[in-house]
Amino acid sequence: MSQELTCITCPMGCRLVVERGSGGANEGGGGLSVSGNRCPRGAAYAREELLAPKRTVTATCRAVAGSGSSRAFEAARRIPCRTTAPFPKERVDELLEAIYALEERLPVPRGRVLIRDALGLGIDVVATRTLG
Amino acid sequence: MRELSFDAVVIGGGAAGMAAALELDAKGHTVALVEREERLGGILAQCVHSGFGLVEFDEELTGPEFAERFEDRVSGRPISVFCGCTVLELSSGEGDKVASCISAREGALRLKSRAVVLAMGCRERNRGNIRIPGSRPAGIFTAGLAQRLVNVEGYVPGKEVVVIGSGDIGLIMARRMSWIGCKVHAVVEILPYPSGLTRNIVQCLHDFGIPLYLSHLTTEVYGRDRVEGIEVAPIENGALIMEKAFKIPCDTVLLSVGLVPENELSRNAGVAINPMTNGAWTDSSLMTSVPGVFACGNVLHVHDLVDYVVEEAGRAGRFAALWLEGAGPGREARIKIGPNVRYVAPARVEIGRDNKLYLRTMIVKNDAVLEVKQGGKVLLSSKRNHVQPSEMITLTLGKTELSSVGDLPDAAIEISIQ
Repeated sequence: MSQELTCITCPMGCRLVVERGSGGANEGGGGLSVSGNRCPRGAAYAREELLAPKRTVTATCRAVAGSGSSRAFEAARRIPCRTTAPFPKERVDELLEAIYALEERLPVPRGRVLIRDALGLGIDVVATRTLG
Repeated sequence: MRELSFDAVVIGGGAAGMAAALELDAKGHTVALVEREERLGGILAQCVHSGFGLVEFDEELTGPEFAERFEDRVSGRPISVFCGCTVLELSSGEGDKVASCISAREGALRLKSRAVVLAMGCRERNRGNIRIPGSRPAGIFTAGLAQRLVNVEGYVPGKEVVVIGSGDIGLIMARRMSWIGCKVHAVVEILPYPSGLTRNIVQCLHDFGIPLYLSHLTTEVYGRDRVEGIEVAPIENGALIMEKAFKIPCDTVLLSVGLVPENELSRNAGVAINPMTNGAWTDSSLMTSVPGVFACGNVLHVHDLVDYVVEEAGRAGRFAALWLEGAGPGREARIKIGPNVRYVAPARVEIGRDNKLYLRTMIVKNDAVLEVKQGGKVLLSSKRNHVQPSEMITLTLGKTELSSVGDLPDAAIEISIQ
């Protein structure tokens, strides 16, 4: 069984062909053999993409004006955030629900952990901008 | 009216403006950095996705993180920052340049300087620019405006979305709209290939099962008060096939159909504009046709990576500093646009030093060869694994390659891609 993929590691966009369990010379981890890649990162990407796809998730969460803010109407409404590492793709929707449920009081410094150990997967969600 | 004097005024406090101001400051010049928004950072504030900084910081950052690193650098320096301050006019007669500004905080303000760096960025092409027929209901947004509404202001522009144009902002927004719970029904592109990066096609469309219709034209917009759908038709062998037209229902249309450098201030100041880039013509030192006025970033030509913007802007800042110190470029050669090249920025090289050039091609090709020639003589030949119009090409033309360019008053080199 073979599958075609486009590598997203760099702008080259190599067209990869992945074969399962063929036992060929290119076969690496996971019993997959990869061809069409112009560098080793393509093979690594293909294996991860088929066996355990991950994505860096970026989103925003609700900002609540801090106490004593006289200019609340000007305060930011959304706080941008991201995962500290690529997150398992099949759990992204669950993660987004958790982020959208947050209400974070301003001010918020860049790098503040908004969710620690999200969904128990050892990856945090952090603020990406200082606000408030 | 308040009047202040500086060695240099930088117009625009996005990535380019901050990078240029930092270099001018580093060379010991007094700098004013003028930004119309309430905070530095420019468009990066709404680009909450990642993919920035791989060249500049050697790590993958989000837009706000990239911006804040530069903001931190600026706030650590004696650069005079004017936020919430709009430049209404730039005049550049004999002697000092004057930027006439207005701000809620300061009122009217005149900033005088010997040098000016233009870093106003670009704006989106809209429906009028591409002449989409049909009614004019609510629900049609440029992709960047929708991005601001969603990521900064916290509004959802609609639920059932179609994206027209496959530029990177449109692709990024297709993913964003999907992630906030909307349904993206299609991305429609008039060209036979996508305008955005391949990796964005994969991670923003394929991940969500969003169809991409290449070689399709939008032929109608339906809806009276609110968009109800669009009609698209395929283009086959250069002809629009109306028999194969079909309707895509939606309540929201996002346009991602290109960016235009924002040069009204420059034009009024007498800066000559290159019709291929819609940005200023510059010499090898990024100085425009008006002496002492430099340009960098997306107001000069539209870049695809902010990392290249800050590199170019840093150069503009250093050249502006040299000009303030009385040093202009030495002997230059003009760049002729050869086959398959859309533009090269800057349009001139200085013969006695290394020159960094950014160019765009008009073709999609693997194993392309970039050639620099003078007359029939090849000065440089460089292999490129893959070229396409949406991906800017970088080229360093060294003084060794240029050493044989003669002493002719109008020496020219030609750059081509085959």
